[in-house]
Amino acid sequence: MKTDTKLLMLIVVFGLIGLAPVLITQDSLLNIVIMTLYAALLGQAWNILGGYGGQVSFGHAAYFGTGAYTVAVLQVQFGINPWIGLAVGGLAAAAVGAFIGFCTFRYGLRGSYFALVTLAFAEVLRILSNSVDFTGAGVGLLIPLERSAANFQFASKAEFFWVIWVMTFAAFLTVWKIGNSRFGAQLTAVRDNEDAARALGVDAFRVKMGAIMLSGFFAGLAGVFYAQYFLYLDPHIAYGAAISVESLLVPIIGGMGTLFGPLLGAAFLHGLSELSRAVIGDAPGVSLVLYGVLLVIMVLFVPRGLAGLMSHLRGGKPPVSRAGGGKGHA
Amino acid sequence: MLEISSLCKSFGGLQASQSVTLTVPQGGITSLIGPNGAGKTTLFALITGFHRPDSGSVRFLGEDITGLPPEAIAKRGMIRTFQTVQPFAGQTVRENIAVGAHLKIRDRAQALAKAEAVARQVGLGDRLDMDAGSLTVAGRKRLEVARALATDPKLILFDEVLAGLNPSEIRDVIPVINAIRDAGVTILLIEHVMQAVMSLSDYTWVLNQGAIIAEGPPKDVVSDPHVIEAYLGKGMAERIAKREAASA
Ligand SMILES: Nc1ncnc2c1ncn2[C@@H]1O[C@H](COP(=O)(O)OP(=O)(O)O)[C@@H](O)[C@H]1O
Ligand SMILES: [Mg+2]
Repeated sequence: MKTDTKLLMLIVVFGLIGLAPVLITQDSLLNIVIMTLYAALLGQAWNILGGYGGQVSFGHAAYFGTGAYTVAVLQVQFGINPWIGLAVGGLAAAAVGAFIGFCTFRYGLRGSYFALVTLAFAEVLRILSNSVDFTGAGVGLLIPLERSAANFQFASKAEFFWVIWVMTFAAFLTVWKIGNSRFGAQLTAVRDNEDAARALGVDAFRVKMGAIMLSGFFAGLAGVFYAQYFLYLDPHIAYGAAISVESLLVPIIGGMGTLFGPLLGAAFLHGLSELSRAVIGDAPGVSLVLYGVLLVIMVLFVPRGLAGLMSHLRGGKPPVSRAGGGKGHA
Repeated sequence: MLEISSLCKSFGGLQASQSVTLTVPQGGITSLIGPNGAGKTTLFALITGFHRPDSGSVRFLGEDITGLPPEAIAKRGMIRTFQTVQPFAGQTVRENIAVGAHLKIRDRAQALAKAEAVARQVGLGDRLDMDAGSLTVAGRKRLEVARALATDPKLILFDEVLAGLNPSEIRDVIPVINAIRDAGVTILLIEHVMQAVMSLSDYTWVLNQGAIIAEGPPKDVVSDPHVIEAYLGKGMAERIAKREAASA
């Protein structure tokens, strides 16, 4: 697919999603759309580093949690407006990305070593947030209820919808731009063959640093949104493994390294989890088990994700089972 | 253009480069030959920053580049290709070549246009939208050449671009290499195919067991007894000379 066609499709798809608050009047249904967009944002954040950059992270909660805690702590402890917290949260998460990237890429960590170190960083942050006072430690932080748009606490779901719609659209536009830029070409070159890329003058370290910071930024925004939407955080929610798993599952299901993959993955995952809730009920741990089974199925049978499957059905490239994921045609 | 002096590198007990000194003048094609395992690829990796030399220095365009990382050396205009081809599989031929083009060109559309032009130049013009991973060996070799060329280099180091090709494919690629030279790009060529070395290069260096054992115009070098022994084994030069004397 040509890149301008992709952009057009992106605008049309988000335009259609934008009809949701007009067409859907039921709060519980609109909530599903909001959570799907939120998951797509988180998944797209992961996709920048993992899908386009080939650096598989097991610890994206590190960025999500940093965004969430930043906006919450600034409000609760310092009385700083959450709209300012939104920007600071995104940047703080990007800074955590820069730190983790520097510690790992500088020493050439790749593959499973990189994945394990990211997991360790998220765990360290979880333990830290569990033990210091200003995050509320194990008790967590409750953001005081003060419904007003100026306070990033909306009375209606529709307003929350527009906030997450803008954030997610911005993330997708950014990724479209990546797929159509020198930075993106260098990033996928590093993913597919780092030595060959370096021989052609690609500064692999710099490119990976750019990717991890962008990835951290958008995951941080997702965290900020989460904090403002639910008004409660604790170490397990913010820095727990569930967020890390969700952020990688979404693009792996949808199609790593593809523009639309995270949206497909998020829709599929949230459709499925709503279904499981309806059938099995809200038993704890069910969604994680479901996620695990799904992950195995996808990796084994649909390695290029839903986006790859769709382009295959349309007569595109056959799904290639290759680590790192092919750049699909979604 | 390129001056290598007393370059040493050992892997454990193995001396892969033993005080190698070699120069490549601007313009033309210089070749580097030697039996398998002589240390040719290792020398390329040392020159282009993929390995760090134990001692010695590499100067390029009058500047010391010893120990610089590969990307910094590439930016200065020296590009290597790989003996075992390294395509970005899953990306198209056009996208592969564009990575090279992006070294000098920021704009995506311009880089893709440049990739297309370079593809034509090396004879890949009809496979632009093909997955690089599904190219034939000959196609992949051309792709290595194309990506390097797309960076607009001053010096290209080709590591056995003709190896694995059949005679007719070799005949097709030789003019491509000649054309690159004619466009003003200096070439240092590692080659096994003797016929190619003879017809392409102006000057040749011979490496054996990590050390330079001969240098000169290819015609003279191939009749050098040291070189014959390195390739064919000890005592061979003497026997050949005797046989020639007997038949004379
Ligand atoms: N990274 C490495 N580690 C250990 N030994 C190596 C390494 N690279 C090359 N060698 C050894 O160095 C010698 C020279 O190899 P190479 O440079 O590939 O030779 P050539 O290209 O002339 O065939 C060989 O004996 C090879 O096994
Ligand atoms: Mg070699």
